[in-house]
Amino acid sequence: MSNSKSAYSLSNKKERFDTHIIVVWVDNEAGVLARVVGLFSGRGYNIESLAVAQVDEKLKISRITIVTTGTPQVVNQIKLQLKKLVPVHKVADFKREDKAVIFKEMALFKIVGPNNKLESALKACKKYNPVLLDKTKKSNVIQITALRREIDKMSNDLKKFGLVSVSRTGAVAMTRGADIFK
Amino acid sequence: MSKLYSGAEIVFKCMEDQNVEHIFGYPGGAVLPIYDELQNFKSIKHVLVRHEQGAGHAAEGYARSSGKPGVILVTSGPGATNVVTALTDAYMDSIPLVCISGQVPTHLIGTDAFQECDTTGITRPCTKHNWLVKDVNDLAETIHKAFEVATTGRPGPVLVDIPKDIQFQKAKYKKPKKEKKINGKSHNHFSQRSIDELINLMSKSSKPIFYTGGGVINSGPRASELLRELVYATGFPITSTLQGLGSFPGDDSQFLGMLGMHGTYEANNAMHDCDLMINIGARFDDRITGKIDEFSPKSKKVHIDIDPSSINKNVKVDLAIVGDVKNVISSILKSLKQKKSKFLKSNKQKTSKWWEKIQKWRSVRSLDYIGSEETIKPQYAIERLYELTKDKDSYITTEVGQHQMWAAQHYKFNKPNRWMTSGGLGTMGYGLPAAVGVQVAHPKKLVIDIAGEASVLMTLQEMSTAVQYNLPIKIFILNNEYMGMVRQWQELLHDKNYSESYTAALPDFVKLAEAYNCVGIRAKTPEELDDKIIEMLNTNRPVIFDCMVDKVENCFPMIPSGKPHNQMILGPKDQESNKITGKGKSLV
Repeated sequence: MSNSKSAYSLSNKKERFDTHIIVVWVDNEAGVLARVVGLFSGRGYNIESLAVAQVDEKLKISRITIVTTGTPQVVNQIKLQLKKLVPVHKVADFKREDKAVIFKEMALFKIVGPNNKLESALKACKKYNPVLLDKTKKSNVIQITALRREIDKMSNDLKKFGLVSVSRTGAVAMTRGADIFK
Repeated sequence: MSKLYSGAEIVFKCMEDQNVEHIFGYPGGAVLPIYDELQNFKSIKHVLVRHEQGAGHAAEGYARSSGKPGVILVTSGPGATNVVTALTDAYMDSIPLVCISGQVPTHLIGTDAFQECDTTGITRPCTKHNWLVKDVNDLAETIHKAFEVATTGRPGPVLVDIPKDIQFQKAKYKKPKKEKKINGKSHNHFSQRSIDELINLMSKSSKPIFYTGGGVINSGPRASELLRELVYATGFPITSTLQGLGSFPGDDSQFLGMLGMHGTYEANNAMHDCDLMINIGARFDDRITGKIDEFSPKSKKVHIDIDPSSINKNVKVDLAIVGDVKNVISSILKSLKQKKSKFLKSNKQKTSKWWEKIQKWRSVRSLDYIGSEETIKPQYAIERLYELTKDKDSYITTEVGQHQMWAAQHYKFNKPNRWMTSGGLGTMGYGLPAAVGVQVAHPKKLVIDIAGEASVLMTLQEMSTAVQYNLPIKIFILNNEYMGMVRQWQELLHDKNYSESYTAALPDFVKLAEAYNCVGIRAKTPEELDDKIIEMLNTNRPVIFDCMVDKVENCFPMIPSGKPHNQMILGPKDQESNKITGKGKSLV
């Protein structure tokens, strides 16, 4: 039916989207990641990247770092909804532009080709603290740590030197200076 | 060394310590060890339902009418999946439920064993929290925690999944911890400053309104008493959501009736035109706000809620007070008495113009309908039911649809916990099993399910439960042979294309009642209606009342398709009514 009318009001307001980094401290128990991820998918929130690992072996606390986009209202909801989950201890939230916080992602690049190309590839990575993890006559595995867009750029730039495989993590975050996340 | 108990015994010992008196359940392979122990715990009575969804809704009715958590016991696989609708319903309407489900033995989990399903995975989005217990030593603590999560903060359903081998294994029993640790999930620390700010807003306002919801009911009977005190002390008008009905007397002159899609003209217009809206325990649902961009454009909005994530979710508010309704209202009253002891007097003049305006809206009499002497109008049926039961302290449940809205409009509630209806999820089939649960909690009271013939067929098998336990529930069916609300929307919004909304082969409800060994009564004309209702009320057995009503009556007033509060469709009093002839039916 083309002319059927919805009972729901459609909002035509266009609001700005910000990129936020949400850090969540959770009990490292079965299903906890599914709870957090399910909250995002169930309520229609975005996940750009996600990184998670246990950070306190004794207390069994994991730290989840999620990069998301949304209107200020949505980002606020994400925080409040996360805080309602039983295994969640605390939630911190930062804008990507926040100068007081360091964000880093790690990438592994595998380059296959003649020696001169391998060297050029390593040189091209110079700005991003490259570590040569593996080297053979025909191949290199290079590790870099950088921002998302920098890794995007490198993934593109390295193609001409024989990039055959990319593996990368989601962002992790930490405050600058002596302060810690509250 | 202290005594060792089996997992199954621990389940019941936990329930004893949580003061559980009734559980609603259905046995099956993966919960047999628990059922085996049932007879050893005399203080806990089990109500055997006919379908696990019925167990869930019965537990909801039990919880809503008694204020205690409802407890469900089901088996693995289909037992657990059947209860999902009820858990979701309870999640939407903030009803405390504790569901215990059996699971296949731990060594079979993940092997696609018989009656295995990922119960915690399936119920994760429809519970506040759930647990799969893999070690019997964690069982007692987990169940106690489950009760705590279900009943603290904003209440809701929880589920504990217990594999069969855990039910056999033995462990020490742990009593619940005395102090209620709240784990930071319950919020009740509002500041005096926010209360002062609210009082400041209240004293400045000339067009105020209270908008109250289910949070008042969930906060306990004391919250409803305090709300009445507050409303009388301020002289402000008050409207209520579907879930909040009963927290303020429905027949009081300050009460404007229910608001929202089928709310009264005065309530919705007052919400639209007010300059101060005080939301107490409601959540700005889309059926309440209508078009959100034009929702109450000129008002300052205050939101009192126990759930911080309810604040600014749908509507941005100017002042948020996060806390338990009864504590917040009691603080408001205290401050009001200290600082503005003559509030009512000084305010009366200020709001007199506002009340005049409200009276004008009231005079539209938006709940009126065209009466009939030949056919029973559904609104008339509810009015008569109300008149004949109003001095009986009756408990009303409903299904979902037109009859639900008519019940909300025409049945007046004066006490909290007397009105059980599925609002958030809108679950057809809710009312009958809910009535079973209410009657279990209140064996001597009058419990009526105001039903539609389509809804009631979804869980009708629970009549068998009612008969087994001598629960004299009354199923009052407004029978128009249509899924009435679907039919209404098709008439108003889909060019009268009545696609699949007519039920062509309905059962004979009177014979059906007899088949279940309860009593069937049918009313066909307005003339005989009162006598038949009285006959129903005098029957101390379960009754199915088949009330044959006007087939094409619509539920008005109505806020249509994405319109704001001040653009309501009123009833057909002066309109040409939209009669459907045989053609409507032949479309089906």
